[in-house]
Amino acid sequence: MLDATPKEITDRKSGGMINPAKTCQPIGAMYAALGIHSCLPHSHGSQGCCSYHRMHLTRHFRDPIMATTSSFTEGASVFGGGANLKTAIKNVFNVYNPEVMAVHTTCLSETIGDDLPTIIKSADVPEGKLVIHANTPSYAGSHVTGFSNMTKGMVQYLSEATEETKKQQANIIPGFVNPGDMREIKRITEAMDIEYIMFPDTSGVVDSPMTGKHEMFPKGGTTISQLKDTGNSKATYALGSYASADAAYHLERKCKIEPIVLKTPIGIKATDEYVMALSNKFSKEIPKSLEEERGQLVDIMTDTHFHFHGKRVAVFGDPDIVIALTEYLLSLGMTPVHVLTGTPGKKFEEEVKEILAAAGIEGSNVKAAGDLFTLQQWIKNQPVDLLIGNTYGKYIARAEDVPFFRVGFPILDRSVHSYMPIVGYKGAMRLLEMISNALLERQDRDAAEEDFELVM
Amino acid sequence: MKVVVKLDSTKSKKKSFIAERSESISMKGHQKSQVKCDTDSVAGSMSQRACVFCGARVVLNPITDAIHLVHGPIGCASYTWDIRGSLSSGSELYRNSFSTDMKEKDVIFGGEKKLEQAIDELVDEYHPKLMFVYSTCIVGVIGDDLDAVCKKKSLQYGIEIIPVQSSGFIGNKAAGYRAACDAILKIIKPEETTSQAIIERKSNCKRVINYLGDFNLAAEAWIIQGYLKEIGIDINVTFTGDANYEALKKATDAELNIIQCAGSMTYLAKKMEELYGIPYMHISFLGIEDTKESLRRIAHFFQNIELEEKTEKLIAREESQIAKTLHWYKQQLQGKKAAIYVGGGFKAISLIKQFNEIGIEVVMVGTQTGRKEEYDTIADLATAGTVILDDANPSELEQFMTEKAADLLVGGVKERPLAYKLGVAFIDHNHDRKHPLSGFIGAVNFATEVHSTVCSPVWKYV
Ligand code: SF4
Ligand code: SF4
Repeated sequence: MLDATPKEITDRKSGGMINPAKTCQPIGAMYAALGIHSCLPHSHGSQGCCSYHRMHLTRHFRDPIMATTSSFTEGASVFGGGANLKTAIKNVFNVYNPEVMAVHTTCLSETIGDDLPTIIKSADVPEGKLVIHANTPSYAGSHVTGFSNMTKGMVQYLSEATEETKKQQANIIPGFVNPGDMREIKRITEAMDIEYIMFPDTSGVVDSPMTGKHEMFPKGGTTISQLKDTGNSKATYALGSYASADAAYHLERKCKIEPIVLKTPIGIKATDEYVMALSNKFSKEIPKSLEEERGQLVDIMTDTHFHFHGKRVAVFGDPDIVIALTEYLLSLGMTPVHVLTGTPGKKFEEEVKEILAAAGIEGSNVKAAGDLFTLQQWIKNQPVDLLIGNTYGKYIARAEDVPFFRVGFPILDRSVHSYMPIVGYKGAMRLLEMISNALLERQDRDAAEEDFELVM
Repeated sequence: MKVVVKLDSTKSKKKSFIAERSESISMKGHQKSQVKCDTDSVAGSMSQRACVFCGARVVLNPITDAIHLVHGPIGCASYTWDIRGSLSSGSELYRNSFSTDMKEKDVIFGGEKKLEQAIDELVDEYHPKLMFVYSTCIVGVIGDDLDAVCKKKSLQYGIEIIPVQSSGFIGNKAAGYRAACDAILKIIKPEETTSQAIIERKSNCKRVINYLGDFNLAAEAWIIQGYLKEIGIDINVTFTGDANYEALKKATDAELNIIQCAGSMTYLAKKMEELYGIPYMHISFLGIEDTKESLRRIAHFFQNIELEEKTEKLIAREESQIAKTLHWYKQQLQGKKAAIYVGGGFKAISLIKQFNEIGIEVVMVGTQTGRKEEYDTIADLATAGTVILDDANPSELEQFMTEKAADLLVGGVKERPLAYKLGVAFIDHNHDRKHPLSGFIGAVNFATEVHSTVCSPVWKYV
C-alpha cells in the first residue's frame, strides 16, 4: 500500500504534508455546533467544503449530518459573501426553522475578509432566533482548533452571569470526543450527584435513536437556556486543553468562572483526576459505584499486565486524546516509542515528553504538526508492536505489518465506535480489551503450530 | 405522450420549500415543462453538491503512478485522500495524500515558494514521471501562478508536472471534470502531431479502443476488458481507472473511444475526435439491457461478421448463466418502489432501466449535476407520477420518499443514514460500493444488494 515510503529520513523544509494527520477547522466547528439543541451549522464558503465536512462526519457517525452552505460562486469571491450569508439566513429560518444558526467561516471567506459580526447584525434574523459565529480559517490550526473556536463562540454569544452568587453547578466542556464519551462523562458526573451543564453535547444528536422518522433536530444537544446559564456556574471543567481550554478561559473573563483545565479523562489517572476535581470543588464523596468500577479496572489491569509490559507502541491522533492515551499506555507498562499529532502546538511535545520522562522513558519520537509519512518513516526505523490511531493508520499497519486498533477521529471503516466510550473507568476497560485483543490476535496469527495455545 | 408537469408546491403537505427551488422539481404527468438544472445552488440550502476541485480529483486520482499534489490548506487534501476506491494493477502511489498545507503566511505572501519546495521534495522522495498540482479555493483568490510554477519545475526535472485549475468556487463538480479532461489532454498529446503520422500509426493497430469514464471501482474496468478481449477487441487505455503514465501516452493509438461516465468524459472524447480523429460512442455497462446493447454497438463499429458472432455467443452464454438467479430476485422484489438520487444524469438513466429489469418501479429520480438532455430521457423513461428533481436537499428527498412510499433509496455517502433513519432500505451506487456493478456479473450483484437491504429483517424492528 504505502510501500513507496522511503526509510531514509531526509529534511523536509517545505512544510507540506504527506498523508496528513489532521484536517481543517470548519469540520470541528460543524461538529461542535451540532452539540447545541436545534442548531443548524452553516458553512460560509463554497459548496465543496460543506459537502466534504458533512460527508466525513456522516461516515464517522453513520448518522445524517445536517448543515447548510452560503454556496459561494465567483461573484462572492470578488464582491464578498455578505449577500450570500443574508440570503442564507433568510432561507434557513424559513425552511428549516432551527433555534440557532451557527455560522463558521472557511478558508475562502476568511481570505476575502468577510466581516461576519457586521453581516449578521444587518441580517434579517427572525424574532427569538439566534445566529452565532466562529472564525475558522482552515489555513491555521486543525479540526480541533475549529471545535475549540466554535465552543468559545458559544460562550461569547450566549453565556451570561445573571445571578448574584454562583450556582452549585459545573460547566463541563468534553472536547472533541464521541457522543458515547460525552454520555459517559455525564454518567460519572451524575454518579457524583453534581448538577452540571455540558456543552457542546452531541449525544442524542449524532447517535440519536431510530424512530422511523428523520428528525431534522433530534432531542439531544445543549439548550440555549443552558448555554446562557453557564455564566452562573461555579466552575468550568475543560477536558482536554486543545479543544476546551479557550472557552473555559473566556468564561472566566466574561463571567468570572473558575476554569479547571484537565486532561481528557482517558485511562485511570486522568479519570481519577477528573473525579477528584469534582469531589474537591463540590465537597462530594466519591460514590460506591464509581469506586467499584475503578476497582474492577485495577483488577483487569493486574490480570493482564504481563500481556502489555514492555510492548512498543506508536500513537497518533488529536492532541488531547493522544496525551491522555500516552499516559494510560505507560500505566500499563507499555512504551510509547512514537507519539504524533497533526495539530500544531509546541505544548503538545512538552507535555508528552514530560509524561514520558516521569515514567523514565527516553528517546521516543514526539511531534506536533506532523504527518503520517513521518510516522511511517519512524516505524520503519524503529519498529513497534502496536499502532493506535484513526482509520488512516490502516495503510501504515498494512505496509509495516503492525497490529492496529482504531481510536479517535475519523474512523471510517468500522462501526459502533461512536456509541462506546473510551473515557472514564469503563472506557479504560474497553481500551484494555481492544489493546489486548489486537496483540493476542496477532500472537495467534503468527504462532507456529507447536506454539499455538488455547489459554493465553 | 410522455410529458412532465411542474409540481404545484402548494400541494406539498409537510414542508415549505425554498421558493427559488420550485422550478427544479417536477412531476411526470400531463403538461410539458422542463426541470430547471445546471444552475448554482441557492445560498442556505442543504445542497448535496460538491465543488470543482472534487470533480477534478475524482477523475484524475485513479491515475496510479502519479503524484497528486493539492495546493491549498489541509482540508481539501485530507477529505479526498483515497476517496475513490479505484483499484490498481501496479503502482500504489496514488493512494497517498499530498498537500502543501498552506498557512496564514502563505495566504498573505503567496504560496508559490512553498509549492516549489513541496514539488522538489516529492520528486526527491518518489521520483515520479507524472505529477498533478491541483489548485483549491484560496489559491484561486490569492492568484498563485500555478502554470508558471509547474512549467518551471517540469523543465528542471524533465518530468510532466500538470497544473489542474480547480478552485472550488468557479463552478460545480462538472467544471472540475472539464479541468481534469484538460489535464489529460496535455498528457496524451502525441509527440508526432501531423495527422498523417497518426493515421499511419493507427492503421497499424487492430481493433484497439479506449474506455473512457470507468474508474475501476471494485475492478469494473477489468470485467469489461475481459468481455471485449473475448470478442477480439483490446482496450488500449482506460480513463482513468487503473491508468498510468505509460499507458496514457499511447491514448491516441485507439480507433474508437467508448464512454461510460458521460458527465465526466464527453468533453474529452469530443476533443480527441477533433484533434486526433478518434470517433466516440456513449455506452453503458450498467444493467443487462445496456450491457448487451453496448457490446453489440461496439462490435458493430468494426464491421466484422466474426466479431459480431462472437459477441452474440458471449451474450447468450453470460445471460443464460445469470437468468435463473435474476428471475428469483425479480420474484422477490416485484412491486417494490425505488427512489434515486445520484451524481450524474447518465447514471440515473441506467438505474431506472436496471430497476425495471428486476421488477422495481422508480418513483423519484434526482441528480446533482444532470443536464437538460438527460432530464428529457429520464422523463421519457419514468412512469406517471414520478417526481423528478435537480440538486435536491435532504428535506426534499425525505418528503418525496415518504409521499411516494419508496422502499429503497439509491444514493451516495450522505444519503445512506438519511434513508436508514426513515426506515428505508439503501444501496450505494457511488464511490463507496465494494462490489462491481458493471456487466452481467454486475447485474447480479445489483440485484443481490437490493435484495439484501430491501428484504433485511431489521426493518421489522423499526
Ligand atoms: S481546507 Fe478550506 S477549501 Fe479545503 S475543505 Fe477545508 S475549508 Fe474547504
Ligand atoms: S457522474 Fe457519477 S460516476 Fe461520473 S464522475 Fe460524477 S459522480 Fe462519478
